[in-house]
Amino acid sequence: MRDIARNKWVQFAGLATVGALALSACGGSSSSSSASTAAASAAAPASSAAAACTTPTPVKLQLQWFVQAQFGGYYAAKDMGYYKDACLDVTILEGGVDIVPQTVLAQGGADFAISWVPKALSSREQGAGIVDVAQVYQRSGTRQVAWADSGIKTSADLKGKKVGNWGFGNEYELFAGISKAGLDATSDVELVQQQFDMKALLSREIDAAQAMTYNEYAQLLEAKNPKTGKLYTAADFTILDWNTEGTAMYQDAIWASQERLADAAYQATTQAFVQASLKGWIYCRDNAQGCADIITQNGSKLGASHQLWMMNEVNKLIWPSPMGVGVVDPALWDQTVAVAMGTKNLDGVAIISAAPDAEAYTDTYAKAADAALEAEGLNVTGDAFVPVEVVLNEGGN
Amino acid sequence: MTHTAVVTSTAPRRTSTASRRFKRGAVSVLWALAGVAIAILMWELVKWVGTLVSLPFDSGDGTMPHVWTIVDAFSQPEVRGSDTTVLQAVVTSAAHSLLIAAGGFIIGVSVGLLLAIIMQRFSFMERGLLPFVIASQTVPLIALAPLIVGIGNRISFGPIQWDTTYSVMFIAAYLAFFPLSVGALRGLHSPTPTSLELMRSYAATPRQMLFRLRFPSSLPYLVPALKVSAASAIIGTVVAEISTGVKGGIGRLIIEYAREASSNPAKVYVAVLGALVLGLVAAGLVTALDLYLTRNLPKEGKA
Repeated sequence: MRDIARNKWVQFAGLATVGALALSACGGSSSSSSASTAAASAAAPASSAAAACTTPTPVKLQLQWFVQAQFGGYYAAKDMGYYKDACLDVTILEGGVDIVPQTVLAQGGADFAISWVPKALSSREQGAGIVDVAQVYQRSGTRQVAWADSGIKTSADLKGKKVGNWGFGNEYELFAGISKAGLDATSDVELVQQQFDMKALLSREIDAAQAMTYNEYAQLLEAKNPKTGKLYTAADFTILDWNTEGTAMYQDAIWASQERLADAAYQATTQAFVQASLKGWIYCRDNAQGCADIITQNGSKLGASHQLWMMNEVNKLIWPSPMGVGVVDPALWDQTVAVAMGTKNLDGVAIISAAPDAEAYTDTYAKAADAALEAEGLNVTGDAFVPVEVVLNEGGN
Repeated sequence: MTHTAVVTSTAPRRTSTASRRFKRGAVSVLWALAGVAIAILMWELVKWVGTLVSLPFDSGDGTMPHVWTIVDAFSQPEVRGSDTTVLQAVVTSAAHSLLIAAGGFIIGVSVGLLLAIIMQRFSFMERGLLPFVIASQTVPLIALAPLIVGIGNRISFGPIQWDTTYSVMFIAAYLAFFPLSVGALRGLHSPTPTSLELMRSYAATPRQMLFRLRFPSSLPYLVPALKVSAASAIIGTVVAEISTGVKGGIGRLIIEYAREASSNPAKVYVAVLGALVLGLVAAGLVTALDLYLTRNLPKEGKA
């Protein structure tokens, strides 16, 4: 009896060890890929390409979502070696459902973060010490899409309709647009919580749906019309554009840690990072296909035509940047703040209660970066930018 | 010696037991297949009813694709022009998640067992520690996951950086340790006073008591706890992957495919089926472990 019992435990321990070994083997392979980011944080002052680079400064960038063309410029800067040239060793951290980039940044989990301005300002009001150091997107990519035969052509036409929205702070441009049209968001329209796909609009459960130009809108054009057996076309839909309605808010921007910006080494890193990132965006503007390919190589599962479509639409949100890429347009910033303060959602809550202080954004880094990039012979306003034509295939393939 | 004698004497009977066991196994496999068939029929039945009367939910092809559409999606290329099929991608991701879950399971089980031993040995520890062990499970996972990944981003040991995969493993372990520590604690307490007194009369040390008596008698409690722990480890892995977007696993794949749900709804079902099979495989592995560990114990309903 005693021997049986002991044997059993020896064997159990053996099993456990085998499991642990198999696991450590797998862990080893996954860590070796990331081990390249050595923690030698000597913080070598990373001035631009000219300075001799002995130890690259490790930098972590937190994205809002998985790898996709929305973040094309950063992946291009990494793969084209712009970060390396600037003596930076950049690790791009992908987002997820519950990852809040500005919180990760504020807690020190990343050195920089990409976040929409209104959401970041809200976090900032709640105490996150973050600064907008480059306002990459100059236009809002959020639209309200309706069936062309629904008669919805302006915000005022939403009266009495079932209007989908994502909630979670993504609904403010829509609510501001509804208010601006003289409607009451709580009584004049029927607001419906919308999933992050377009099935509800396609099955006509709702009359208008929220969509990003670079993603959900493309999903509509990739779906087959069961009546004709062909893909839907732009003619099947009407679009409410918050940029022209005047309730658009600033979206993707690079955020840095306010506290650490007092440190000269971090300042230099920020300067180098902003400049290399903007150079990446310029590459994506001039090589939409090349940049889309970089995204695919980095593990995006999106179909080829969807990827290129997204890249092209993202380019349209950035270019032209009349004041120079990454520079905040004060008028649009003020509009963002006004909408964020003045619009209440269904719970009666506005994004921010008071205007942010002047330190919420700085143009210093973007302007210096633009000057340096211009000296390299690059066009930093994109005044001659022409989007490419993208044909979407079924399912985005 | 007697042992061998018994085996020889029962040898002819054993073959009949084996064939009976085989028959019983075949029957249960048939039942399992029938269950799958019934599930498929129900799915198609709901879709068919949906075409006749309006159901309170959408049963159209966009939301509930036909079973054959889903099967067809198995062999589609993941992205056009790629050599990997959806099925291959799902299997690879599921295997990745299984490895992470296994890591979390082993860590969780080790920690849980250790805690149980400590709590059994020192009753003040049981009183002090158990409330914390229980409280640990009331923290919502979606709140915890980003926090753990965030902390992980700041950890580095010399040249080795904390990988987000470790964070997922940690979360799996965090869920897996609980059922085991509670189950093992009950198991370690389970020997009867008579057995304990017998051990004491042999002047057994606490260690001998633990290894000779408490461990063997905790097995019936330990095995169900292991099963629950394995399920928890899988849930922890998949939820953590979804929540924090960690690459490589089935959780991430479900989200990636869900994005194509407007135009290709069948694809996301393949990933969901993958997660389901992953759970079954984990349960199967633990059952195999169970059969192995309890092979010398009297089985219920037999003997």
